[in-house]
Amino acid sequence: MRNPQLNANGELTHLLTLEGLPSDVIRNILDTADPFVSIAEREVKKVPLLRGKAVFNLFFENSTRTRTTFEIAAKRLSADVINLNVGASSTSKGETLLDTVDNLVAMDADIFVVRHAQSGAPHLIAQHLNTHGRSHVHVINAGDGRHAHPTQGLLDLYTIRHYKREFRDLKVAIVGDVLHSRVARSLIHGLTTLGTPEVRVIGPMTLLPAKVEAMGVRVFHDMREGLAGCDAVVMLRLQSERMKGALLPSAGEFFKHYGLTQKKLTLAKPDVIVMHPGPMNRGVEIDSAVADGERSVILPQVTFGIAVRMAVMSIVAGN
Amino acid sequence: MKIEFANGRIVDPANGVDRIAPLYVAAGRVAAIGNAPAGWHANRVIDASGLVVAPGLIDISARLREPGLEYKATLESEMAAAIAGGVTSLACPPDTDPPLDEPGLVEMLKHRARSLNQAHVHPIGALTVQLQGKALTEMGELVEAGCVAFSHADVPLVDTQLMWRAMQYASTFGYALWLRPSDPHLGRGGVAHDGEVATRLGLAGIPALAETVALSTILSLARDTGVRIHLCRLSCAQSVELVRAAKRDGVAVSADVAVHHLHLSDVDIGWFDSDAHLVPPLRTTRDRDALRAGIADGTIDLICSDHAPVDEDSKQVPFAEAEPGATGLELLLPLTLKWASEDQIALPVALAKITSEPARLVGAGAGDLGVGCIADVCVFDPQAWWRVERSALRSQGKNTPFLGLEVQGRVRYTLVAGQVVHEG
Repeated sequence: MRNPQLNANGELTHLLTLEGLPSDVIRNILDTADPFVSIAEREVKKVPLLRGKAVFNLFFENSTRTRTTFEIAAKRLSADVINLNVGASSTSKGETLLDTVDNLVAMDADIFVVRHAQSGAPHLIAQHLNTHGRSHVHVINAGDGRHAHPTQGLLDLYTIRHYKREFRDLKVAIVGDVLHSRVARSLIHGLTTLGTPEVRVIGPMTLLPAKVEAMGVRVFHDMREGLAGCDAVVMLRLQSERMKGALLPSAGEFFKHYGLTQKKLTLAKPDVIVMHPGPMNRGVEIDSAVADGERSVILPQVTFGIAVRMAVMSIVAGN
Repeated sequence: MKIEFANGRIVDPANGVDRIAPLYVAAGRVAAIGNAPAGWHANRVIDASGLVVAPGLIDISARLREPGLEYKATLESEMAAAIAGGVTSLACPPDTDPPLDEPGLVEMLKHRARSLNQAHVHPIGALTVQLQGKALTEMGELVEAGCVAFSHADVPLVDTQLMWRAMQYASTFGYALWLRPSDPHLGRGGVAHDGEVATRLGLAGIPALAETVALSTILSLARDTGVRIHLCRLSCAQSVELVRAAKRDGVAVSADVAVHHLHLSDVDIGWFDSDAHLVPPLRTTRDRDALRAGIADGTIDLICSDHAPVDEDSKQVPFAEAEPGATGLELLLPLTLKWASEDQIALPVALAKITSEPARLVGAGAGDLGVGCIADVCVFDPQAWWRVERSALRSQGKNTPFLGLEVQGRVRYTLVAGQVVHEG
């Protein structure tokens, strides 16, 4: 089965998931992002790489932050950006997902940035475009259900590489609601592809998906054991609807077992970095003292995220 | 019409027949095998050299989508698919719109089917009114109208007390219940087997427990009530084990498996192929192998297609939103033959799983080529290869995870009550 995001030459034409991407494709994205980071520090923050291209932000699920970072990234590449909050328009009138896409293709879209509540929706769109002779239109997954959030995974990889240089000696822990997390899945695929020797997931059995160890991770239920000796800790957002019910008794009890505090952090390596995809729930998964502390790289993640998204857009548009 | 099939290999599992001999059909029945009846004059002689002459296939789960869901399929399209697949008798689940919960609907369906003069249709009555799981249907009336059994289709039966009462009532009158074990809570919201693949793809999982917990409940209640129980669509290894143990203990229970579950696993979902969105879900290769072992050793009695034609619009959506099901009437034979050849199962044994074994459930003398039996016959070329393609399927539903696969076994003639209704 051919990876639907690569063309016949093995080049990236859609970014749907980090799963199955060759490591050199991932490294190339990270390398391409490097110069874009410094663009942000210049007086004029624009390059003409996507001049004349139309980027459609197709958000079937609300997200101000991710949409904004894609918008900034596209504008810095000089693209025209059209934001569509589809959740509020055509689908509520009964139009199907693929009808919406066909209509936008007819408006000469070059890149779709897609967020959807259902796992696999960007794959469906990419396959539809590929099989209907529209393979010049590119799809970038901005988060689909629990499945993948590849640009977040890439910016996490970029952040880790920025602070730790290489992946081959690292221990990375991902903590919290892995079950519902597309961020966790994308990061796990990225880390294992780049040869990280130990990727850990930490959480209660109710928040870890079945057979997660088959993704190449070590499973810990005790946070103290799981944090021991880690080089990077990635805290996941706990959605408020998960905080009460059959998965967890309360946010307070979750924080007690799996919240990141300064005290627990001392079990990791002294130079550990603390990451979070945002938006944070202070006092639920992370203590403010850690979030704002010296080991936190949560705000640099956001900055790198724009550069990584610029890299992805410029690469797919060139293939 | 008198028809003679000459030189064919007659495989009739019901009577233990497997030999090359002529088959004579007259007045809608099997007139003789081997020696021609006295004064025989055939209207038509068909050379069946190299072909297998078998009883017409019996598929105990084929959705015809009538009444109410004609945009997915019609009786015309699906009956054409049935006879093209060699299926001469089929039982249709009650999950139509409205459900088959009153005698008028069943009579109408039977009447429509009879007027098409193709496969025999045996409706399965809804166990509860509107399949809502609240009140029993008028089972006696439904049986008189032609229902062969009662089921809840794929709608979970939440109320175990009602299930118990239904079994007691059915047992009183000797009615059969065909139930698919599915716990309504454990599988809630799930769309794929709760395992590696669902985890990787971020799909909500249906644990094997959803089936085994319900199966244990059904077996306990069946033991208590003595009702005739048939377990539909087993999908996991542990279920096979539970049924094996129950049979060892002497519980009167039978079971089936959908033919796609003998070949596919959750890995075949690939990148969100909605044609592989099935109910019950495709499980692991270990489960698939256990199902194969279960059908081979008789723990699972029979194979069905679980035919579910789905319109394109209902499949061209993200995996979780796609309507589950696969078209299957035309694939029942080739996929059964594929299993038999891969697992070195003798042809008569394999054919029993789709003829004489399901015949025990639908009754009506089907699945039997004994002299004097109704001449429902499937004559097929076991060697012929063909490719499963949209254009090759008569069913209105083109939804199958086997699209593109080369399969062996092509139906050449289908006879229903002595009439040639399909030639291919």
